[in-house]
Amino acid sequence: MTGFRLQKGGLIDRNKPVTFTFDGREIDGFEGDVATSALLADGARIVGRGFKYHRPRGIMSAGAEEGGALFSAQDGNARVANVKGPLVEVHEGLALFGQNGFPSVTFDLMAINSLFNPFLSAGFYYKTFMGPFANTRFWMFCERFIRKAAGMGTASQEPDPDCYDVAHGFCDMLVVGAGHSGLIAAVKAAEAGKSVWLVEQDFKAGGWYLSSGDEEKLSWVQAMVNRFLAAGGHLKLRTTAFGLYDGCVAGLIERCTDHLAQKPEKSPREVFHILRAKSILLASGATERSIAFGDNDRPGIMNASAVQTYINRYAVAPGKRIIFAGTHDGIYENAIAAARAGLHVTILDSRKQVDEALLSLCAHHDIDHITSAVPVRAIGRSSLSAIEYGIKTGQEVTVSGQRIACDVLGVSGGFSANIQLISHRGVKPLWDDAALCFLSGETDEPITLCGGADGVFEESEIEASALDGVERLLTKRKSARVPVVKGWHNRCDRVFEVKIANRKLKSFIDPQHDVTTADIRQAKQEGFISVEHMKRYTTLGMATDQGRNGNVLGIATMAEARNIAIAEVGVTTFRPPFMPVSIGALAGRSRGHHWQALRRTPMHEAHLAQGAPMTDAGPWHRAWYYPQKGETITQAYIRETARTRQTVGIVDVSTLGKIAVQGPDAAVFLNRVYCNGFAKLPIGKARYGIMLRDDGIVLDDGTSWRLAEDDFFMTTTTAQAGEVMRFLEELRQTRWPDLKVHLTSVTDQWGAIAIAGPQSRELLQTIIPDEDVSDDAFGFMAVMQTTIQMDGTDVAIRAARISFSGERAYEVYIEASYAKALWERLVSLLPEFDGVCYGMEALGALRIEKGHVTGAELDGRVTLEDAGFGAMASSKKDFIGNILRKRPHLRDHDMRQQLVGIAPLETGETFNAGAILCEEGKLSGFGEGWISAVTYSPALGKWIGLGFVKGGAKNWEGVSLIAADPVNGRNTKVTLTSPHMFDPKGGRMHG
Amino acid sequence: MLRINCPFCGLRDHEEFSYEGDASISYPALDNHDEEAWYRAVFLRKNPRGPHLEYWYHSAGCRMWLKVERDTLTHEIGSVVPAHSGYAKQVAKRKAK
Repeated sequence: MTGFRLQKGGLIDRNKPVTFTFDGREIDGFEGDVATSALLADGARIVGRGFKYHRPRGIMSAGAEEGGALFSAQDGNARVANVKGPLVEVHEGLALFGQNGFPSVTFDLMAINSLFNPFLSAGFYYKTFMGPFANTRFWMFCERFIRKAAGMGTASQEPDPDCYDVAHGFCDMLVVGAGHSGLIAAVKAAEAGKSVWLVEQDFKAGGWYLSSGDEEKLSWVQAMVNRFLAAGGHLKLRTTAFGLYDGCVAGLIERCTDHLAQKPEKSPREVFHILRAKSILLASGATERSIAFGDNDRPGIMNASAVQTYINRYAVAPGKRIIFAGTHDGIYENAIAAARAGLHVTILDSRKQVDEALLSLCAHHDIDHITSAVPVRAIGRSSLSAIEYGIKTGQEVTVSGQRIACDVLGVSGGFSANIQLISHRGVKPLWDDAALCFLSGETDEPITLCGGADGVFEESEIEASALDGVERLLTKRKSARVPVVKGWHNRCDRVFEVKIANRKLKSFIDPQHDVTTADIRQAKQEGFISVEHMKRYTTLGMATDQGRNGNVLGIATMAEARNIAIAEVGVTTFRPPFMPVSIGALAGRSRGHHWQALRRTPMHEAHLAQGAPMTDAGPWHRAWYYPQKGETITQAYIRETARTRQTVGIVDVSTLGKIAVQGPDAAVFLNRVYCNGFAKLPIGKARYGIMLRDDGIVLDDGTSWRLAEDDFFMTTTTAQAGEVMRFLEELRQTRWPDLKVHLTSVTDQWGAIAIAGPQSRELLQTIIPDEDVSDDAFGFMAVMQTTIQMDGTDVAIRAARISFSGERAYEVYIEASYAKALWERLVSLLPEFDGVCYGMEALGALRIEKGHVTGAELDGRVTLEDAGFGAMASSKKDFIGNILRKRPHLRDHDMRQQLVGIAPLETGETFNAGAILCEEGKLSGFGEGWISAVTYSPALGKWIGLGFVKGGAKNWEGVSLIAADPVNGRNTKVTLTSPHMFDPKGGRMHG
Repeated sequence: MLRINCPFCGLRDHEEFSYEGDASISYPALDNHDEEAWYRAVFLRKNPRGPHLEYWYHSAGCRMWLKVERDTLTHEIGSVVPAHSGYAKQVAKRKAK
């Protein structure tokens, strides 16, 4: 209980108090506070527990690198795990919960794990579960407990209740980061007339200047923002650039409502912006890095700059006695800020030589100062009480038990430039000895960096760096950058780890995943020396901060252990996302029934008005069945099927693909595409055709009608319509450009109704009374083009006598906008014939009875012979797929599975589509075949199916097979027949 | 996120297109009955690192097949021309004007 709110200062609105809860306790803050600043002001110390050892953790930073204050948030509808405390704006209604602690983070029973410390070191999982216990069930037994003990927050099991949006944006330049350098760059580009997006993760522009406590700098920020907006710039706060992609595309996440107490109705929680920029300037700053020393994860230890941020930006003192331990000039600004707030301040500077001006500033602010001093171990178990420090001589550190009492330690081992985004573009990071961090290499893409992100840490150098960055992008200059001092004017000292001979220290480098320097050395000892192996073996950098804290320390530790340079160890690849992104935001509105576009037939509304439930057929909704009062689906489709065979039935077949094939070479084209002949199809006739793929497998079947010498109307199956169109265009454009033929998709232009049944001709005659529909004039496969009076207009229709049901049948096509009216006219005529409308279920029953195939059978693995169409292939012409269909293994008909009809041995028994056909007594493996479709057949009075069986039905005469359905636990004895189970001679269809 | 400059529609996002593979393959003529030649054209593909000539089908646009130069390493798009030789000539002629 050491942190407290300062009496004045800060960028908080003291007139607007805000209350939220942490683990159910009310915490007071102000507007402008983040969760961690309010918690510090409230005196909180332990706010989380470590991942493996469950050691107490406090607030470690004031930014996205936070490794201790990771919370689960319940806010509005949303429940989110692993939110970073310093990024959470407080507001009424926000409930935060500590993680990894059971029953709570302050009293955690799992902390017993820290006693088993030696067992949980690097490679724990591999060693324990791949060694003596390999191939046993031991892992499954342990997993439950380990997952509970070693975990981050838990995700909600519910569907995401919030709404999200995806937006597309375009600009000349994207500037990432609205800090000192980003503001200069963005204003420069915007005032040069460029359209500029400036995105900032924070809820305020200003970057480090927000922590300066300097009125002049704060008003400079405001003035720059005003200039940017006046120049037409596009400023997006609370927006994270999380990934850079090909073609200068940036993925941005804008958080719209998380900070609000009252979430606006229907406003998206987050917007995923896909921004297509012409150039990108990364002014993403730098992240402070810790130093590895003993127990450096104790609550009270945080980044040096975070102390200043809490004091100046949030008016919160994290403690009363503060030590700053660091290696560079940057910590003096932090220390002075603390001294100005009236706190007791000591500086431990690892360097022997310190700038005189800085020393006199220390004296002026009454700051204790020790040179050549480094922290060795933190004292205090649940809360920091003192620091043991040592004296550094060269690279050696000696201790003599010196301690300084403190409640907060601000540490800084330097800064790491935030180069993650440019690394997404495959640009390799290069180690820079001056800035003491990895910096970006050059890229040919119009992307560059400036300011802290380019390793420029000295404030006086920022402007030159920012202006140069903009100019390089605007002039597309590839030449060297203007000389800007990297790092600080006075060099940063190289201290990554403080080691004392013969003393074991538990020095953390990745607080989120509880990785220590000892783990790195162990990885080296066991041969995992490559940076990629080291990462996976120790899990360094694999937590939610993606190595912001620990990567450089881990690499430096490995470099030292291997006695090579840091540059030789290298870095692992940064990949998007830079910050965790809600999956819901990526999906935007494309979820639920918006997941894919819905296609409705032109008669859709009529089916709904008739009370027909809809079923999915690819993107289409199709009428499933038309229930009469109290009917089940089974009762309905059996009635529809039977009645169609008795009198007449009508069905909406508008989903069939329809392609106009036109031009002088249209007949030649079709003759090459279909396996059967089309060249001599007479005008006014239709023909059933099958087309193959290049590899000889069946692609699709359908009819093509010859309307005129050079005009064909092709229909395809519903499922393959798009693929057929694609393939025909490929053939036309890439292989046969000499053919004068044109293809047009007319699927949406024509509504289609099939009229089937013994009375179908009479019903057809009723709607076109002036046409001769006698069998002589309009026989099997004949085509008619005529008009029909609709609302006093002559509307074009085309019809053909074609049958999918096996009955006498006609397909009638009409201009789509009149299709619903025609359907309704036919429905009104049905009572006269005692006819029915039938849906998908009855359509399936009718075609299964006849052994007609659909996509369930033509599934991309089936040859002509497999489907029983071997005789259709023309031997008089060349056609697509004709050569490769003759490959030996495609002709091995005794081995290949071929289309059969299936019936139960005992009438009354039933079976399911998807069942595997096995020999009796051999219910294992892949069986001898499978069942593709099943229906109850009113015509045959039993359940029947279609399927494929090795060698076809002739191979299994007199033998019964088992339809094995292990999922439903049902095995049925079946016999195989010809697929043409009803009216095999086709008398009803042709008659 | 690639963008392809369709000669018929202009600069469009790659989501409008479908990738259709190696455009340097020439299929045998239909009257070529050499199974080996068909086998090579249908099944054998190289997996080059660097420049690649490939087909993209503007499936959610003009339905034109395009020949696109793309670098498989950098994803940089080079020239984009109609796959249909007749259209390609027409487009080139119009460009020359």
